[in-house]
Amino acid sequence: MNKVVSKDYFSENVVRLEIEAPRIAKSRRAGHFVILRVDEKGERIPLTISSSDTAKGTITLVVQKVGVSSKKLCALKPGDCISDLVGPLGQATEVKKTGTVLACGGGVGVAPLLPIVEANKKAGNKVISIIAARSKDLIILEDQIREFSDDVIVMTDDGSYGEKGLITEGMEKVIAREKVDEAVIIGPAIMMKFASEVTRKHEIPSIASLNTIMVDGTGMCGACRVTVDGKTKFVCVDGPEFDAHKVDFDEMLMRLSGYRDFEKEANERYQKDQ
Amino acid sequence: KDRTGLERVSMPEEDPMIRRRSYVEVNKGLTPETAMLEARRCLDCANPTCIQGCPVEINIPKFVKNIERGEFLEAAKVLKETSSLPAVCGRVCPQEKQCEANCFYILRLAKPAVAIGYLERFAADYERETGNVSVPETQPSKGLKIACIGSGPAGLSFAGEMAKRGYDITVFEALHEIGGVLKYGIPEFRLPNDVVDVEIDSLKKMGVTFETNFIVGKTSTVEDLKEEGFKGFFVGSGAGLPRFMGIPGENLVGVLSSNEYLTRVNLMEANKEETDTPILKGKKVAVIGGGNTAMDSVRTALRLGAEKAMIIYRRSEEEMPARVEEIKHAKEEGVEFLNLQNPIEYVGDAKGYVRQIRVQKMELGEPDASGRRRPIPVSGSEYLLDVDTVVVSVGVSPNPLIPQSLPDLETTDWRTLVVDDESLHTSVPYMYAGGDIVRGGATVILAMGDGRKAAEAMDQEFSVINERASIKKG
Ligand SMILES: Cc1cc2nc3c(=O)[nH]c(=O)nc-3n(C[C@H](O)[C@H](O)[C@H](O)COP(=O)(O)OP(=O)(O)OC[C@H]3O[C@@H](n4cnc5c(N)ncnc54)[C@H](O)[C@@H]3O)c2cc1C
Ligand SMILES: Cc1cc2nc3c(=O)[nH]c(=O)nc-3n(C[C@H](O)[C@H](O)[C@H](O)COP(=O)(O)OP(=O)(O)OC[C@H]3O[C@@H](n4cnc5c(N)ncnc54)[C@H](O)[C@@H]3O)c2cc1C
Ligand code: SF4
Ligand code: SF4
Ligand code: FES
Ligand SMILES: [Mg+2]
Repeated sequence: MNKVVSKDYFSENVVRLEIEAPRIAKSRRAGHFVILRVDEKGERIPLTISSSDTAKGTITLVVQKVGVSSKKLCALKPGDCISDLVGPLGQATEVKKTGTVLACGGGVGVAPLLPIVEANKKAGNKVISIIAARSKDLIILEDQIREFSDDVIVMTDDGSYGEKGLITEGMEKVIAREKVDEAVIIGPAIMMKFASEVTRKHEIPSIASLNTIMVDGTGMCGACRVTVDGKTKFVCVDGPEFDAHKVDFDEMLMRLSGYRDFEKEANERYQKDQ
Repeated sequence: KDRTGLERVSMPEEDPMIRRRSYVEVNKGLTPETAMLEARRCLDCANPTCIQGCPVEINIPKFVKNIERGEFLEAAKVLKETSSLPAVCGRVCPQEKQCEANCFYILRLAKPAVAIGYLERFAADYERETGNVSVPETQPSKGLKIACIGSGPAGLSFAGEMAKRGYDITVFEALHEIGGVLKYGIPEFRLPNDVVDVEIDSLKKMGVTFETNFIVGKTSTVEDLKEEGFKGFFVGSGAGLPRFMGIPGENLVGVLSSNEYLTRVNLMEANKEETDTPILKGKKVAVIGGGNTAMDSVRTALRLGAEKAMIIYRRSEEEMPARVEEIKHAKEEGVEFLNLQNPIEYVGDAKGYVRQIRVQKMELGEPDASGRRRPIPVSGSEYLLDVDTVVVSVGVSPNPLIPQSLPDLETTDWRTLVVDDESLHTSVPYMYAGGDIVRGGATVILAMGDGRKAAEAMDQEFSVINERASIKKG
């Protein structure tokens, strides 16, 4: 059992939760994630550790409400407990001093991007961040990203905030403007697919953090498998970060839809019960 | 004479047409009367060869004769002298290849063996169901902290043995449930979770501490645990990594490992309406492989509502590694066996869902290194089989989490841990290992035996150290 210590809303659908987990707070590094189960009937879902406070013994998660499990989690109040939380999982981000790093975050992908931005800044890199979302209310963590970035570009699809346009357009602009040595791309699979096409074209080494379906998170089930460079990899133990130019995003997109009918039905049932 | 004239009991079973759609246990267990009758068959041999067939050397005639006399609780005690999970082993041990294969009846009389497994299950169930579970006595605390990594049968039996000896033992488990494969792998209809839980409760009563949601090497490292005062370590982390065949289309939606399939149902209870975990309820399900895991998967498919549940196995039934009883049960429930056949490609639709398997027929050639006849493809025999779900059950590899976090831990080419044959000591000081992480995919009873053996060896090591220390102190 892990207690929710505090809760804030970034928007109606994006919530920040601070959760008691002293051991994980101590062991975790940028890039790590946890798997949790909200209650006894719940499913196991992966979420990136956005930050941690070792003194308080807490970790922070940023959760977007998309279906039953994320909604149940976001409905918790400070003082409530989640029944299971395990981590830190995955391989930590390898941060080197490379020069200029372009950090691209789409939607709730900005949450896992934040610790990487911070680590890159601390490693002495110049960090240019682009954070993008469909509309203004889905832009999260802007201030925190600014704190560790040399430059921040905000983009929305509908132009309700920042520049109007897709993240790829923002990336092209930066790349035209200055030399970029490395890119980090985190967001919805479809966004990562197109963003990595941009960096591939410009031959910029790129990392993507993959959000495949997971169950155990320990390498035991294979639900999270993806094809990278023609080989099958398990995202939970081999990843979640991979060379973006070698990931088969089409296969990943297809596998992400594997339980969609069930999820839709479950969501409708959940909404009705509320 | 009259003993050998008796017929072996048969196990009462749930009707196949009912059980194929339900999770009730298939084998119903013996009654006190049938158990006593079966126990009479045992000849209490002067040289009980059956014991040599049992990896933990249960005193078989002793427990069986207690049953014959109606001393069922005594029988259960005999079992517990050597086995910490008799109700489990009585259900899942491959008895026909172990104790029963070495029974006098088989070796000398060419008659069916004494039903040792059924009797073992009976005694353990009797003890549990009558609320008489005896908690083994524990020695006074030695004040020595020991960590056990993994809560499968290897870890549980290690923990029990160490608790008896007065060690302060904590079992760390990565998942949210205790029991390893006994919980997430083997289904309810073969091994009800309640049976496992009773055994776990008894360990708790003996003072064993359990920490779930704790991955050693991730949540904390072995070094961290040492700093917290843990002196000895036992690695029972299992062979949890599913293998795939590496054929085209294996990553299509609807192709999954048996671990994923069984975990969703057994650990996450995805078969129940009220839980949130999804499961594919396929209508035409093919399971690739011929082991226990494959049988468990294909029978789970039936219970999830499959109209066609098929086993595709590249050799013939004779070579199948699954227990004979499981194959029989699967057949009774309506599972189709496509033996001497092998998938070579999965074909999907536009949305990426698996729709067909390209299957190749096989024939058997000369025996290979494993002693089994090698399957050889029959050219021109390929055909397409309609499916909507495929469960790949072609074996597992050792879990790499522990070796990855401990560079000094020596592993083999198969990524199992290297241990001393006698003591099960690894290449890292004060660290022992057993079960599937050492053997690759093996059995429950072998894992338990390892836990026991390692506990004995570790206890010796610490006793010697303590003796030396007290001599020094004078
Ligand atoms: C390594 C990793 C880190 C992640 N970090 C974050 C994060 O920081 N914040 C955040 O909001 N989300 C994160 N996600 C995604 C998050 O896990 C999913 O949004 C969540 O599981 C959806 O569950 P649901 O029941 O609410 O929605 P559902 O309606 O059940 O599913 C919606 C979609 O989410 C995906 N999904 C469903 N079940 C799972 C599952 N068990 N595991 C993974 N994906 C699933 C599928 O694509 C599905 O179509 C991360 C995923 C991964 C793999
Ligand atoms: C579906 C199925 C059916 C089977 N049927 C039979 C049968 O009928 N008869 C039979 O004898 N055998 C059967 N087996 C095989 C048998 O279950 C295994 O041989 C046995 O469980 C091995 O025991 P173990 O303790 O070594 O490992 P496991 O049971 O695999 O347990 C290992 C545990 O360690 C945990 N773990 C791993 N790494 C860490 C870590 N770093 N930190 C903390 N915890 C960790 C895992 O989560 C797991 O719970 C079957 C196996 C399967 C999968
Ligand atoms: S533990 Fe297994 S092998 Fe040993 S006596 Fe019992 S059933 Fe037979
Ligand atoms: S070999 Fe068979 S008959 Fe002899 S003691 Fe063992 S179980 Fe009894
Ligand atoms: S989530 Fe099960 S293997 Fe990765
Ligand atoms: Mg869900």
